[in-house]
Amino acid sequence: MIRYVVKRFLMLIPLVLCITFVVYGLMSLAPGDPASIMLPSNAPQEQKDALNHKLGYDRPFLVKYADFVYNLVFKGDFGISYRTQQPIINEFKTRLPISITLAFTSLTLAACIGIPLGVLSAVKQYSLLDTIPSVMALTLSAVPSFWFGMMLIYFLAYKLGLFPSYGMGGIEHWVLPTLTIAVVYAAEILRYTRSSMLETIRADYVRTARAKGVAERTVIWKHAMKNGLLPVITLLGSSFGAQIGGAIVTENLYNLPGLGTLTLVSINMRDTPTVVATSVIFATLYNIILILVDLMYAFIDPRIKAKYSR
Amino acid sequence: MSEVNHTPFLEVKDLRIIYKTDLETVYAVNGISFKLEKGQTLGLVGETGAGKTTTALSLLRLLPERTGKVVDGTITIEGQDLATMDDEALRQMRGGQIAMIFQDPMTSLNPVMTVADQIGESIMIHNPEFNKEQILARVKEVLNLVGIAENRASDYPHQFSGGMKQRVVIAMALACNPHLIIADEPTTALDVTIQAQVISMMRNLRDTLGTAMIMITHDLGIVAQTCDNVAIMYAGELIEVGTAEDIFCAEKHHPYTVGLFGSIPNLNVKVDRLSPIPGLMPDPTNLPEGCPFAPRCNKCMPICEKQKPGVYQDGEHQIRCHLFTGAAKGGQ
Amino acid sequence: MKKNRRQSRAIVRLKEIWRRFCKNRIALAGFIVFMCIMMVVVFADVIVPYEMTEKPSPPDRLTPPCAEHPFGTDEFGRSVFARIIHAAPNSLFIGFTVSFGSLLVGGTLGIACGYFGGRFDNLIMRFLDMISALPGSLLAIVMVAVLGPNMRNLIIALIVGHIAGFARMCRSVALSISEQEYIKAAKAGGSSDLRIIFRHAVPNAASTLIINTTMSISGVILSACSLSFIGLGVQPPKPEWGAMLNDARQYFNGSPYLMVIPGLAILITSISINMMGDGLRDALDPKLKS
Repeated sequence: MIRYVVKRFLMLIPLVLCITFVVYGLMSLAPGDPASIMLPSNAPQEQKDALNHKLGYDRPFLVKYADFVYNLVFKGDFGISYRTQQPIINEFKTRLPISITLAFTSLTLAACIGIPLGVLSAVKQYSLLDTIPSVMALTLSAVPSFWFGMMLIYFLAYKLGLFPSYGMGGIEHWVLPTLTIAVVYAAEILRYTRSSMLETIRADYVRTARAKGVAERTVIWKHAMKNGLLPVITLLGSSFGAQIGGAIVTENLYNLPGLGTLTLVSINMRDTPTVVATSVIFATLYNIILILVDLMYAFIDPRIKAKYSR
Repeated sequence: MSEVNHTPFLEVKDLRIIYKTDLETVYAVNGISFKLEKGQTLGLVGETGAGKTTTALSLLRLLPERTGKVVDGTITIEGQDLATMDDEALRQMRGGQIAMIFQDPMTSLNPVMTVADQIGESIMIHNPEFNKEQILARVKEVLNLVGIAENRASDYPHQFSGGMKQRVVIAMALACNPHLIIADEPTTALDVTIQAQVISMMRNLRDTLGTAMIMITHDLGIVAQTCDNVAIMYAGELIEVGTAEDIFCAEKHHPYTVGLFGSIPNLNVKVDRLSPIPGLMPDPTNLPEGCPFAPRCNKCMPICEKQKPGVYQDGEHQIRCHLFTGAAKGGQ
Repeated sequence: MKKNRRQSRAIVRLKEIWRRFCKNRIALAGFIVFMCIMMVVVFADVIVPYEMTEKPSPPDRLTPPCAEHPFGTDEFGRSVFARIIHAAPNSLFIGFTVSFGSLLVGGTLGIACGYFGGRFDNLIMRFLDMISALPGSLLAIVMVAVLGPNMRNLIIALIVGHIAGFARMCRSVALSISEQEYIKAAKAGGSSDLRIIFRHAVPNAASTLIINTTMSISGVILSACSLSFIGLGVQPPKPEWGAMLNDARQYFNGSPYLMVIPGLAILITSISINMMGDGLRDALDPKLKS
């Protein structure tokens, strides 16, 4: 088991290195250089060249890339941003907590809404308790999250003035961004939970439990839940990982200074080191979460555990 | 042996069950009646799809909630009508009075619970006064009974072989000393050698514990080894009922029973080729008007296709066939 | 003769699927709405000429919905109605091209991996693992930014992002099918690899593939709109729902219809596709439904 986990973590290293290469390569193909974007367009060419030289942008691709990887691997340093000319790590210190908090709170909320409603609608299949949540989930899963966010801003922030619609501050600033992400994910979690539970409820071992005289409530919560929620855990894990990077649109909408906004700005400014650094962070976090999901799986399902210890 | 005014342990009267979906209605069980006394074993024999499992599930009210419906008839357990039982009484009955051994041991055990937990759960439900140690002691006792080492109690189902899993399922059924065990093809999923072990184990357990049993199978060999009474089921009807002796030795038989015996190889009699029953069971969504077996019957008469046969009775031996009810003479 | 019989059998099967599909009222409603949207796409120029999406009319700017402008006008005085209608072909084209494109590329890779296995399988799957290690839309965003934001590049970027999922799905379908007896029988009978893939594996995987492709279309439309929303998709002045929502952000205090209408357009399109997909799943694979 421990060997399996260590192996998974070691496999992360080549994976992340490949990602840095692909992203670095892609970014270097992009037209435009950082100096032309940062300086006013009428700035003389010599000034632009001088800035590009200062940033180290004018070196050959492989030299730049090797330098980046060397710093990353041996010094644990992401290097200097072209845009701010400050160490990239400084930006992460303030931005990463914002993105993680947003992903964590919104997915926790989504799970708290989606899972119980999903179980309920599976148990009460064909009744109103099934139809209403299912139709709502079907509708919400077709709603673009940024549009849902705009509607929240319009009604809750602008019309009713309940919550601020942009920027950082107290807890009230988190309400709308969290809701924006949570509601759309809750719909997806509900649909997933429902179909997985429907399948589990019909399983032979659930019938065995009923035949033993187990009360219906215990049948659902003890026998069906553990099995039925396994796929939902995977969905939650991968959504959490994806959400850390995928909040680009939401952060943009609410003007939150998270990693998503940083990525977007850096891409537009051709700030290659920052883009690669955020990609590394995203990929690492995402994959660590996937490993944790697998561990949780093994913890719940002894069959998976047996597979890992082999 | 039957006395006047005696209530049998289990009595099923004119039971009819349908499965109704949006697209079609399946007539799974069509008016069957039988009785079972304490300590007796009834063999329920028939092809796949004859309605055996449906009958068994209805005895525990385990039919699929939305689709399966008992449309007619009564099931009485120790004088109590099953249909009127409240949830609490039903729970006490399930696993306590009547336990079921399911067909497929591979899927009947919860993969994420230890064997001890799954057996212990049933003990806990029916003996709320037991503490943890007592439950564990009983779990080990029943595991011993079915021939599984005590130290495997904390293993998970995937760590057992198929035959061992079936033993676990049987142990689960035995855990609360039920008065009746319904065994739904307990050996179909197992190898032949394991089959013999499991069957002889079940027979021993029945003899030592004095439990009544309904043995559902399509294997006449198992019937001969274990059953006191036999009911032969075809397309949701009991076409022949009797003691094991009646079924295996009597002169008169339903043509389907004759066909069933014909499709088992017999080493003592030299035959050129086996004679399987030609044709298939009628479509349960669209049953024939007369005798359900008529389309496949080699002794089919004109009346068989029009009218349901009555019952020919000889002691406890009942046959539902126009050949023996006298109607045939008028018909021919 | 033999071919005819095969064709008629296929027709019978299709009729049966269609009958089951029609019995599902939600699916049928989705289908009807979707057909209406397709009519709009086909007859867009008849409903309202394309020029109307471009023609600025400063005096009319930010007019709320009225008889002359059913959906009002935007900040340049352009007809929102015309822009909504002419954005539909873009979104649907992106949705279908990306879904079927990634099915084609991902499916071919996946089936080949599942069927041939070995080193080829390993190489391709590791590469796809790497692509999908970048979460969500990040890869698509970087690619669009690098290639330059326009519709073609948006499609390419979205296809790259969707390949891995389709390849994994097709690979597992191919793996489970190649284990089945009828494939072994075909192999034992001396059929060639390609023949086995196209005569046996593809038809048997078809229902899974059709269901998943249909379901992915609405997701693609949503991603395309959100990329356009952050300025990395279809570029103005071309009409696009996501881009229209982005423009509307500045005016939402005074002109809320500017953001309600494009959002509803996206919602109706993707919900009708989802409803159809659900119905298709139940019709093609009745055992999945209770």
